[in-house]
Amino acid sequence: MRDVFIIGTGQTPVAEHWDLGLRELGAMAIRKAMEDAGVETVDALFVGNMLGGAVNGQENLGALLADAADLLPIEAWKIEAACASGGAAVRAAALSVAAGAHEVAVAIGIEKMTDAVGDQVASGLATASDGDYEASHGLSFVALSALMMRRYMHETGVCREAFAPFAVNAHQNAAANANAMFREPISAEQFARSPLVAAPIGVLDAAPVCDGAAALVVCSRDFLQSHHKAVRIAAAAGATDTIGLAGRPDLLTLRVAKASAEKAYAASGFGPKDIDFFEAHDAFTIITALSLEACGFAPRGEALKRAAHGCFAPGGCVPVSTFGGLKARGHPVGASGAYQIVEATAQLRGEAGANQIQGARVALTQSIGGHGSIAVAHILEA
Amino acid sequence: MRANRAVGIAGYGAYVPRLRVRTADISNAWRSRSAAAPAVAEKSVPGPDEDVVTMAIEAARTALDRAGTDLEDIGAVWVGTESKPYAVKPSATIVAEALGVTPHVVAADMEFACKAGSEAMQAAVAFVGSGMVEAALAIGMDTAQSKPGDALEYTAGCGGAAYLFCDAAKALAVVEASISHVTDTPDFFRRETAHYPEHGSRFTGEPSYFRHTLAASRKLMAEVGLTAKDFAHAVFHQPVPKFVEKAAAELGFTRAQYKTGLVAPRMGNAYAGSSLLGLAAVLDIAMPGERIFFCSYGSGAGSDAFCFRVTERILERRQGATVINYLDRRRVVDGYGQYLRLRGKIRRA
Amino acid sequence: MDLPRYHRLTAPYYRLEGQRCAACGAVQFPPRPACGACRSADLATYRFSGRGTVYSFAEVSQAPKGFSGPYVVAMVELEEGVRVTAQLTDVEPEDVEIGMPVEMVTRRIQEKGPQGYLVYGYKFRPVLQASSQIEQRKAS
Repeated sequence: MRDVFIIGTGQTPVAEHWDLGLRELGAMAIRKAMEDAGVETVDALFVGNMLGGAVNGQENLGALLADAADLLPIEAWKIEAACASGGAAVRAAALSVAAGAHEVAVAIGIEKMTDAVGDQVASGLATASDGDYEASHGLSFVALSALMMRRYMHETGVCREAFAPFAVNAHQNAAANANAMFREPISAEQFARSPLVAAPIGVLDAAPVCDGAAALVVCSRDFLQSHHKAVRIAAAAGATDTIGLAGRPDLLTLRVAKASAEKAYAASGFGPKDIDFFEAHDAFTIITALSLEACGFAPRGEALKRAAHGCFAPGGCVPVSTFGGLKARGHPVGASGAYQIVEATAQLRGEAGANQIQGARVALTQSIGGHGSIAVAHILEA
Repeated sequence: MRANRAVGIAGYGAYVPRLRVRTADISNAWRSRSAAAPAVAEKSVPGPDEDVVTMAIEAARTALDRAGTDLEDIGAVWVGTESKPYAVKPSATIVAEALGVTPHVVAADMEFACKAGSEAMQAAVAFVGSGMVEAALAIGMDTAQSKPGDALEYTAGCGGAAYLFCDAAKALAVVEASISHVTDTPDFFRRETAHYPEHGSRFTGEPSYFRHTLAASRKLMAEVGLTAKDFAHAVFHQPVPKFVEKAAAELGFTRAQYKTGLVAPRMGNAYAGSSLLGLAAVLDIAMPGERIFFCSYGSGAGSDAFCFRVTERILERRQGATVINYLDRRRVVDGYGQYLRLRGKIRRA
Repeated sequence: MDLPRYHRLTAPYYRLEGQRCAACGAVQFPPRPACGACRSADLATYRFSGRGTVYSFAEVSQAPKGFSGPYVVAMVELEEGVRVTAQLTDVEPEDVEIGMPVEMVTRRIQEKGPQGYLVYGYKFRPVLQASSQIEQRKAS
């Protein structure tokens, strides 16, 4: 299959956009990405989104956004992979170019969670889990993460406070990100004192409800022009695991993270040691820890130890969430996977400003859906 | 009344929820601190995820485990209650489905206020005794609703028991005879759209509880040719302990005979579950050869009286939780407000 | 009103029924189209005993729609080796421990409003006769 390049990116700030709907957010991100790529038209549009039906009363987002962004009558469809929808949309767009079906395509991850208030959003998020054997029994999305966190604490003997570095690092990195939802740094003490949402998960362990859209233009080598600041998609891979946590032989191995990363490592020829930074799916600090262990950045049970030594902060062995991650930049669920790739592209182009990882050449981004039931990983090369 | 073939109890099971409310907390909400102490110190309260269906399922599972009867042989399931989760839609089918005995069963809910459970027992005896089915399940279970601040609120408790009836040859206690004594006496009732029942205060005593309990009891003793001293145990419906003490005295039963079956002091009046729970408490300790006297009462009004004779088989059929285990399992709720929320008397808007 | 969905789930919900594979002997819950271990479609109904231990747990304070918190949820490891997620009941959150023995009970899982239908299903509670002794000690 052909090589695929990212030639344009665009994003809206992550925030509670009370006055902007799916159409407006989508059109903004798509237009910015196409302007960044210097293109007037594209061949196809791939929309990653999770909650359109549950929260916005709107499915069929391929048509909705092709219409709103004045791209009619191109091929367009919605891709859904729970919280990995954004990553999956980029994967689909890249596959279509790699296969030769299209020369240039747009992938967008978009979520507009604040169209509903009260428990409707939580109910929507719960559809990522096992509807018949988790959600219907009152296992909220947060509670499922709490089950994993408590078991991890039981097996490793760590306390809640040991997870603080992930949250502290994310908020620290978001401070210089103008598009981030939370730009105030937090301290380890604040983390320790934060109210519990579903013990042991505290308010500061979890990503916020918010809105945002991030888009990328991808193209073939034939389409590249000299003015393009191109970043190559060196590899991409997806994986799945049991829909319910109870079906996992080992609750604490994120098999989707391991499998998607290993397939991407094998296809790209890059290994964990070659990765200059990792945009992890840090929706919950426990998922960050398990992702790092699954992707080869820490042995099992050791992610927190390494975090305590600054391994995942800027300047550490593998900087994580360099623009604030899901935790502080925000997690508009179906959009996050696309935000990760937009941010990684900025790093690899040397355009990350105060957040620049020096000498960044190879990046791993990973978008996870459910509690590790689905994942998409990308390895990008400058 | 006697069936064409002798029948008896194959297995039995009880249920009382874990939560309790102190009646002093109820009294403090409505009455002066110097008011007379309520008839019972605490009563059982269903948890937020419990109702007559869930409690009946547990009691029935215990009964079936103890009986060891083949599920294929169970031909009827009746749930007697006055607190059905659905006014229309039988609880009995949910119970039958949970036990795994559908679809080869007659199933229905019965209502006769506090004697709905013994009503189910009469029907079970008849279905097995006639040979129509090999085994029939009778359940009396209630969550007992009562008006806030009303006298009944101090005693209306929660619980009940399940009885699987079978051929006497396999029974742990044989039914020697039963009687039903019924009149139209409206001492306690609830209209369809009313949330809480009404009752006739002192009218619920002599013209209602005592008239029917004593008449049925005397008729039964005449039918079997026995007197109070022939029974090791006596169980009555238990609206308040005093009513049981008085009825027992009138019939010649001593405290030693009725105290085991008197569960109300620890949990209140479980309405359609009350007398069946008392019977289960007795079966938990009864010895082979002993006779048990049983007389329920239901407003509206009537009494079912049964004479049981315990067999050797009881000694192998008491595994699992006893009534005392359920009574000992208790957690007191944090005041009247928590109780009101649990009973649905206050709801989030 | 999605009661047809819950009606379809009656056997696993009411009776904790999964499957045993006739080809390889593995048991599984919930029921699935084929054996998860060997992919055989030769599956028989298998009713789990309901006995198990707590593998992990969490307290839900912000309950999702249709649920009223707070309550405790758990991953329970059944004695047959299969795990299941469910609510715990009849227990205070502070008394829950990993490794605690529990047993299945059938309780109300959901009430679709005061006029709506009821969903019954499995929850787990501390084993009754044992907990009766613990609470007797606490009460005295």
